[in-house]
Amino acid sequence: MTDAPVVIDVRQLSRRFGAKTVVDALSLQVPQSAVFGFLGPNGSGKTTLIRMLCGVLRPTSGGATVLGCDVVADPEKVKRSIGYMSQKFSLYADLSVEENLDFYGRIYGLPRATLRRRKSELLDLVAMHDFQRQLAGTLSGGWKQRLALACALIHEPRMLFLDEPTAGIDPVARRDLWDLLFELAGRGVTLFVTTHYMDEAERCTHVGYIHLGKLIVCGRPEQLKAMPEVTPAGTRRVEVRCSNPSAALPLLRGSGGVRDVTLFGDALHLVVEHAVTHDALLARVQGTCAHLSAQDIDPSLEDVFVALSRRYSLKESAA
Amino acid sequence: MNGFLAILLKEASHIRRQPSTLFFTFIIPVFEMLIFGYAIDTSVENTPTVVFDACRTRESRELVEALVNSRSFRVVAEAFTHHEYEHAVISGQAKVAVAIPPDFSQKLLAQKEASVQVLIDGSDSQVATAALHSSILLGLNRSIARAKVYAEAQQAAVARDPAGRATLPIDIRPRLLYNPNLESAHFFVPGLIGIIMQVVTLFLTSLAVVREREAGTLEQLFVTPVGRVGLMLGKIVPYAVLGFVETLVVLTVMVFVFQVPIRGDLLLLMPLSILFLLTALGMGLLISTVARTQLEALQFAFMIMLPSFLLSGFVFPRESMPEPIYWLGYAIPVTYFLEILRGIILRAAEWNDLVPHIRGLAVCCVVLLTLSVTRFRKQLD
Repeated sequence: MTDAPVVIDVRQLSRRFGAKTVVDALSLQVPQSAVFGFLGPNGSGKTTLIRMLCGVLRPTSGGATVLGCDVVADPEKVKRSIGYMSQKFSLYADLSVEENLDFYGRIYGLPRATLRRRKSELLDLVAMHDFQRQLAGTLSGGWKQRLALACALIHEPRMLFLDEPTAGIDPVARRDLWDLLFELAGRGVTLFVTTHYMDEAERCTHVGYIHLGKLIVCGRPEQLKAMPEVTPAGTRRVEVRCSNPSAALPLLRGSGGVRDVTLFGDALHLVVEHAVTHDALLARVQGTCAHLSAQDIDPSLEDVFVALSRRYSLKESAA
Repeated sequence: MNGFLAILLKEASHIRRQPSTLFFTFIIPVFEMLIFGYAIDTSVENTPTVVFDACRTRESRELVEALVNSRSFRVVAEAFTHHEYEHAVISGQAKVAVAIPPDFSQKLLAQKEASVQVLIDGSDSQVATAALHSSILLGLNRSIARAKVYAEAQQAAVARDPAGRATLPIDIRPRLLYNPNLESAHFFVPGLIGIIMQVVTLFLTSLAVVREREAGTLEQLFVTPVGRVGLMLGKIVPYAVLGFVETLVVLTVMVFVFQVPIRGDLLLLMPLSILFLLTALGMGLLISTVARTQLEALQFAFMIMLPSFLLSGFVFPRESMPEPIYWLGYAIPVTYFLEILRGIILRAAEWNDLVPHIRGLAVCCVVLLTLSVTRFRKQLD
């Protein structure tokens, strides 16, 4: 991730609330035009990091530059060139779609003609021309998020921070929103997105995983999947499909050559030693399940994060 | 000043979308004024009185008549036993009980001192004081009348008027300025205008910032380049305009409903009203930046309202308050504005007469607005 210029550069950034360290000496770089997916469990410090990068929360120590602006020394400077969409719906519910856009346009001091042009472009982008006069509070979840996105984009920011933009909206709206985000990335906007959804993470160009305030891993998805911690040397990943995976799980777990078993819906993901064949695995569960099949698979991001979290908590408890 | 216009237009839209704001600003104050203006009457008249006339002679009847004619007392019942007489006050039937002893006229005619007992319920000090003064005055008047008759009979007099009639040696001639009929409304209604202006503006603005904090829109605003001053002024100005129109409405009600004319210069009153509005709005804004929730903001606002009512001189004269409380009154902006309102409306006071109050109000205004802008940080913590 060194080919494109770096637009977010975080160095040893920490934030404490009282005795609790929410972001712990975190460092990361994000290149221009990336779609950076930032993952981690609730309370792991995702929102706190975004707030510091947007210049609305002062770090306890460390530094960060966004688009070349130092967000610690001069938090106001960066605000002209970034957009932010918070976790919670934070537009004015009693203003119409158009009035919300007008308001943010004026806040950024857009000239009248520019504002009119941007408004029309954004209403095109989010397909909301028909809702112009509707009050923002009466829109449904997905449309609210689209409007929030439009408001965050009114001043043509080069960098967009989105804090769980798809939390609580339906799958179709979720997919539509991501299509929009990729369209923006295609126009050169850098996106920094937090999410809980693995399928969203899979679509990102770069992902970072934060756990208890520490960045555990950061890189392109394919780099992460190739990490030896995820699939140790001499092993491979196998997916076993069967009619009753939960009954099959205890039979496979701990059996010869099987390093790890995780239940994934109606399938089991296994980490097995190279010597163990598909047929050998299937033979072990033959008695309990029907419709058996097995195939080699690449690790998913979820496999990556599960493996890394386990290793990390083991290290933590050992230390 | 970044974003001033944007905030201003947005707040105007909020007001437009929420008609209850307008109702609160224009209708409620008029109601309040009618209630306060008509209900508060500090002159004490017609105090319920019970009379126990054990004498029942011409002299005793004359005394009772004089009592009734003073308009201070209203005889609600007559007592026939000593027990009834005492019980009248205990039961609350009357606030005053007058007992004329059986030997009243006998003593008078014998030129001896005749006593009349007056029981006064002292629990309401204002009523009691008035009753006390009226009863003493009544005794004096009756005594002087008898003394005059006696003096005439002796062909003697302490003093005589130019026509040669016997009269009192000292003649006090009070002249009531500005409010000759001593109507409470003249005193209360101008003060009420100040209080109403403060209530409405304080409550409107104390919610202005904290509401956005609760809704999460403030966080969104912090991420924009909006300036602190622009944000604060943008929040104040629309409410200042509302407050100003409201001032005109209540002044109109005062002049045409309560018949309290504005004797002074309206053109002086207007800018000073705006100064006060800005001060009250600054106070609301300060609350809004300190409070974390809307409920907290309302509690703060109530906390400020009470001293504004009681210590500003709106209801109770500040001169009779203990020294520290008296000085505390100067920390309350409405104290200065009440002086200005009463000065201009009732006494036709001019700029020169009001300088100390104007200065005090201006200081409050600058301090409050500066405090609320500097306290406000575009940071979440």
